[in-house]
Amino acid sequence: MQLDIRKPVGLFFALVGLLLVLWGVLGDHAMYARSAGININLWWGLVMTAFGALLLWLARR
Amino acid sequence: MKLGLIDWTIMGLYFAFVLGIGFALRRYMKTTTDFFQSGRAIPAWVAGLAFISANLGAQEVMGMAASGAKYGVMTSHFYWIGAIPAMAFLAVFMMPFYYGSRARSVPEYLKLRFDEKTRGLNAVTFALMTVLSSGISMYAMGLLLNLLLGWSFDVSIWLCALIVLLYITMGGLTSAIYNEVLQFFMIVFGFLPLVLLGLHDVGGWSGLQAGLAMVASSHGYAPGAWSQSWAHLGSPADNPMGVEWFGMAMGLGFVLSFGYWCTDFLTVQRAMAANSMSAARRAPLIAAFPKMLFPFLVILPGMIAIVLHQRAVSGGFALPVKADGSLNYDLTIPMMLSHYLPQGMLGVGLTALLASFMAGMAGNVTAFNTVFTYDIYQAYIRREAADAHYLWVGRVATVGGIAASMAAAYLATRFNNIMDMLQLVFAFVNAPLFATFLLGMFWKRTTGHAAFSGLILGTLAAAAHHGLTLPAGSVSGIKGGWLGLVHHYPSEMAQNFWTAIWAWSTSFISTLLISLATRPRPESELRGLVYSLTERTVVAAGEPWWRRPAVLACVVLALTVALNLVFR
Repeated sequence: MQLDIRKPVGLFFALVGLLLVLWGVLGDHAMYARSAGININLWWGLVMTAFGALLLWLARR
Repeated sequence: MKLGLIDWTIMGLYFAFVLGIGFALRRYMKTTTDFFQSGRAIPAWVAGLAFISANLGAQEVMGMAASGAKYGVMTSHFYWIGAIPAMAFLAVFMMPFYYGSRARSVPEYLKLRFDEKTRGLNAVTFALMTVLSSGISMYAMGLLLNLLLGWSFDVSIWLCALIVLLYITMGGLTSAIYNEVLQFFMIVFGFLPLVLLGLHDVGGWSGLQAGLAMVASSHGYAPGAWSQSWAHLGSPADNPMGVEWFGMAMGLGFVLSFGYWCTDFLTVQRAMAANSMSAARRAPLIAAFPKMLFPFLVILPGMIAIVLHQRAVSGGFALPVKADGSLNYDLTIPMMLSHYLPQGMLGVGLTALLASFMAGMAGNVTAFNTVFTYDIYQAYIRREAADAHYLWVGRVATVGGIAASMAAAYLATRFNNIMDMLQLVFAFVNAPLFATFLLGMFWKRTTGHAAFSGLILGTLAAAAHHGLTLPAGSVSGIKGGWLGLVHHYPSEMAQNFWTAIWAWSTSFISTLLISLATRPRPESELRGLVYSLTERTVVAAGEPWWRRPAVLACVVLALTVALNLVFR
């Protein structure tokens, strides 16, 4: 196909993941009371970044 | 629901990518094959994810969570027997005809196999139905965004329509497919944390089971009624759905499920865009793997929600109540999102929901513009024209389809009953479809006259059955009984399943009998269209097992049986 879908999708999740990680580090931690005290932005952001990076790596290979 | 800058940024980024993908694809859309069929160049895994995603509209997601709260684990029947077997059948037995016949749409296959009138009937009803369902999902989205974010109904609808319009006119089916892949991952990443946090909250699987036992007892059912899928199907009185195993297996598992997954152009179009016969056959099977796991993503939140609601700790999670005092199950997902997710993840979850609204709409629009251009415009309005002309018509049809959907959405705000009635009529039209395809593909004697009359008679049978029966606790009217009353069903779902069974049987028997009485087409015209007159597609020697459709289908079915046994 002309445009490899893994590139835009990978880039999107890497960007959103990084944004969440940043927000998880910098944002007010009081808001995590609702998510059982877990900094869900930080951890899930890392998961999303890793997924995005994996897609980008697969597309480059 | 209060959104922060981070949430708006994530949402904005999503829209930018959606439009960006459409823009990047624009220069590849040179012929109608590119625009309507993605140039038949989509890899199997992309076609597979789009196949599943096209069905994963927001109403499906929110509706399944609502059913999870209302009926518990039994809802997974809509996936495990109501989808997977039909998807495997489509892949192994039907895809060779759809893909191999070089038909460009499902109605066009009917034209090749039967005749012009059968195609015409299917094309026109399908086109109307896709426009209407996209309008209804637009309407639901407008209401939801108004409720959650305070956006005005008009702004939501116009904005969403404009975005879908831009990316489909630019990138055609490929644009829709790529955005469906993006949406698929958005749903997974947006909802999975919700499920994990919710499960943690109710005390894991055992805590959930204990809670569901309380829910079941409080409704007067056996303790396992919400956490077992088969054990309570002996009699309609034993389970909250009010159905018994035969109606479930035949009505949902056979007629409705095969009728939808094997004949609906909306999903089949994704597999038909694959880059080879092998990829087209594998696409529904690749889709089956996430499909069988979706209950954990979309039904489980509903089950968690009802347990939390039942425990009713003050300040804890509670489902909203409607004006008439009943629980508003439809808002389960949005309520869970705002209960568990902090700003940041909330943006991801909400964008996932918005994405599934838009992808659902885009799916309908791409199926509509293809059927309109090939099966209505080219068939009846202008037969011989340059390819560029049809490409132009396809883009105009996209605009027209979206405009008609918007009109339907606005109509729904005023006349809710008309929408319910139209959906009912379309359900009657769809019910007999699978009988026609089954006989057409596997019995070379089936004739065009028989197929056409079978469809009409099946639709009439569905209407008659609905008109003569009524679910318990309803009054005659839109729920049935408008022709008189011969039978009461324990629930609306049981009535639906049996309407489908009657329609299918009527269509099957009448198509069979009329075929015997009419003259069949010569066999030479049916090569590649009927099972016994088509060379078997041979998988190249040395292909690994995961590239062989038949083997893959067996794996899919075995895993589905295992899931059913675990949650029996």
